[in-house]
Amino acid sequence: MRQSLRERLSFTDLFMWVVGALIVLIIVYGSISTLIIGRYSSRQWFDFVVNGIMLGSVYALIALGYTLVYGILRMINFAHSEVFMAGAFNSYFVGTALNQSGYLEQNPVVGLLLIFAMAMITSTIVAVLLERIAYRPLRGAPRIVSLITAIGASFFLQYTFKGLYGAGVKAYPRLPVLNQSLEFGEFKILYVQIFVVAAALVLMAALYYIVQRTKVGKAMRAVSEDFDTAALMGIDVDRIIVITFILGGALAGAAGVLWSLVFPQVNFVMGFIPGLKAFTAAVLGGIGNIPGAMVGGLFLGLIESVGPGLFLDGLKVTAPHQLKDVIAFTMLVLVLIFRPSGILGEKLTQKKA
Amino acid sequence: MKNNLVQPIRIGLMSGFIAIFLALIGMVETFDKRDVISEVISLGATVLLLTILSAAYLAARGQSKNGVRWMFTAGAVSGLVGGGALALFIFTTTLIDMRGVFINVKATLIKMLTLEQEVLALGLMYLIGVSTITGLVGTALYLTPSRVRQALLVAFLCVLALGVMQELLRVTFANVGFLADLIRSLYEKNGLSRVGAASIFIVTFTLTFAWSFIQSPVQARIAALSPRGQFLLKSTSFLLLFAALFFIPKALDNVYIGEVMSNVGLFILMGLGLNIVVGFAGLLDLGYVAFFAIGAYTVGVLTSPERGGTLNFWQALPIAISIAVLFGFILGIPVLKIRGDYLAIVTMGFGEIIRILVLSDFLRPWLGGAGGIVGIPKAEVLGFKFAGPIEIYYIILIGILIVVFLAIRLKDSRLGRAWMAVREDEDVAQAMGINLVWTKLIAFAIGASFAGISGAIFATKLSTIYPQSFKFDVSINVLALLILGGMGSIPGVIIGALMVVGLPELFREFDDFLFLVYGAALVVMMQLRPEGLWPETTRLRELHHEHAPAEPTTAD
Repeated sequence: MRQSLRERLSFTDLFMWVVGALIVLIIVYGSISTLIIGRYSSRQWFDFVVNGIMLGSVYALIALGYTLVYGILRMINFAHSEVFMAGAFNSYFVGTALNQSGYLEQNPVVGLLLIFAMAMITSTIVAVLLERIAYRPLRGAPRIVSLITAIGASFFLQYTFKGLYGAGVKAYPRLPVLNQSLEFGEFKILYVQIFVVAAALVLMAALYYIVQRTKVGKAMRAVSEDFDTAALMGIDVDRIIVITFILGGALAGAAGVLWSLVFPQVNFVMGFIPGLKAFTAAVLGGIGNIPGAMVGGLFLGLIESVGPGLFLDGLKVTAPHQLKDVIAFTMLVLVLIFRPSGILGEKLTQKKA
Repeated sequence: MKNNLVQPIRIGLMSGFIAIFLALIGMVETFDKRDVISEVISLGATVLLLTILSAAYLAARGQSKNGVRWMFTAGAVSGLVGGGALALFIFTTTLIDMRGVFINVKATLIKMLTLEQEVLALGLMYLIGVSTITGLVGTALYLTPSRVRQALLVAFLCVLALGVMQELLRVTFANVGFLADLIRSLYEKNGLSRVGAASIFIVTFTLTFAWSFIQSPVQARIAALSPRGQFLLKSTSFLLLFAALFFIPKALDNVYIGEVMSNVGLFILMGLGLNIVVGFAGLLDLGYVAFFAIGAYTVGVLTSPERGGTLNFWQALPIAISIAVLFGFILGIPVLKIRGDYLAIVTMGFGEIIRILVLSDFLRPWLGGAGGIVGIPKAEVLGFKFAGPIEIYYIILIGILIVVFLAIRLKDSRLGRAWMAVREDEDVAQAMGINLVWTKLIAFAIGASFAGISGAIFATKLSTIYPQSFKFDVSINVLALLILGGMGSIPGVIIGALMVVGLPELFREFDDFLFLVYGAALVVMMQLRPEGLWPETTRLRELHHEHAPAEPTTAD
């Protein structure tokens, strides 16, 4: 019995190792030949990296929402991408109003603060309603039930926003200040890139402080450690769950604004791809693990930005940047297979999932 | 329970918010263009009144211990509050211009909500008055005996459905003499005529009411039949159903109906495949559209002369199925070690990868990129060309028959039992000697093959395929029909496909709200009836046992 079990396992393992080795070979071969061709100048590489870090920090912010909820409820909040979208979409109206009155240009700091406030409040409300209406009645239901609920809620929210604001793509206001750039010799960084990374870092630091240093954070960690015991110790589990959703929602709203500053348009389906990427980032870093989400986000952003040029150009793939999502999802599959725990996580996929 | 008004007010407020929500997302306005009863009541108004009515019903139920007078008060209060909230909203829209943000706050909406009164205040008064009366009606409905209530409900739903389906019925039965006349007599202009509505209501009410008396004796008789008798009953009804499905499109000779039925059929094929993966084996696959795409593209590449394809459909079909199966294996092997939620996300990623690859310039020379593949030839048998949707419907019907047969046989086979064991508990299943790797792989492969068939037929049906046809929405559609019908249940798949694909096809003008309703339906279904409309028996039992323990984190 034991012998045959080992044989069976070794077949799939072998297959997977061969596939993995092949992919690594392709990556290495592609990278070397790209570097030999020398298609991109060092300035372009620098741009790729800076862009990757910027994207990665936005992914990380969204990923934190997935990770927080997963850490406590052990469910994938599939509708989190719509929480993100809701914030971005509602802040568009504030932004446009401020832009038209000229206030945004005169007083960009206060203007941005207002935009952020709107986005974070909207996302928080959506997240809390989601928890209250859709998820709370299902506490303790089979996992597939909550996942399907989340998928349904996600569609419901998307099409609610489509109904409310229309299906068209709306142009997000641009801040002239953010489009200036810093230059060091031939390298150049846009202010918006610095701003996005800085804002993301501040928010992550704030979250880290809340989770590690405050009483609420302590309660959150306790609940995520053991639901029942935490409840026995007098922690109001429902309240902690709501707070978790509030934190995740606020971060997603902020991420929505940052995302829209980089890609200045909003639309009711804008959440899907960033949401999926952020989930990938959360898994890459180890889901349920807060520093993991940050690391995973950065890693994914970098891979996505640098990867197509580095791995695929050398293989003479036409238009490699169209395939950046393929690279991101391939990373997800590879990580789940070879290191299901993620980069920083405990081993989850097989045991708890 | 105390005699307080807090609960009715709360329920009324909630119904008011729902009504405002429906108005804001444009549902009321769009539905208002359709009349249920011509020039009497529109679909939009019906939806709003139903919201208020159900709230009043709930409010009355909440006061059921406090006597009839309190119940009527509660119903009226909830109606009043609901109508009041809506009126307040309308009043606000006249003060503040909201059109810049909410695109649906239009003059037509306000006009409709104030019952087309010139004076706003009068209109609002009317609105509140109508809501209050609706509240009282809701209470009265709660107080009617359940048998009458059920018959009323069915009759009302029939009137509603027939009122909305005018166009469809007209088109469908245009070629069937006497039915066309009957339909003409029931309708006028934009909805049912008053007489038509009344007669439908009376007929359905009487029938349902009568049925409620003979229902249990009939069911008892059926249950008392010998196994042989039951088998006979089952097989005759199945044969009748099949005969109906076979002859209906031909008898109606209607391209539109053929089109709708073949779309439903394609989704039944996919649903049966996903049912094996998700329903039997419990592996949640959100990238199922990938296999559909693989089937379609294989046929496209192999048969389209534009892509240098030389085969005909029947030669390409087995190849398409084999390639889908191959991809089922290829996807299956890496995800074997992944469980639960992760599996869902990875498969979704896989579906996206396939779509992006198909869309990319990189594979354009082979797969046509965003331009897709055009000029896929129709299937042919001995010179007979399956050209129109009705002819293709027969290919699909045969496909469904084969697949349903396979699914039923598989379900009761050793393999099917192994799948269900894996679904229930992987570790125990493995301990019982089930080969997990093989069992899961086979599930993926068979599921993929059904989707491959569906995709292949889809390609020849449309003659043209674009990457846009293979979006994530398709996977969600298939999943939604499975859940609606009942996971793991084969008749459930068919019912689900009719509801998820068939109904929307019939209500094309309300397309905008399709996914909104799906989303809401999935959420509500999971809370109220997670086993689906036609559940598989074991699953039903299992889901109703699991209500007791609540332990989301103790999965280790």
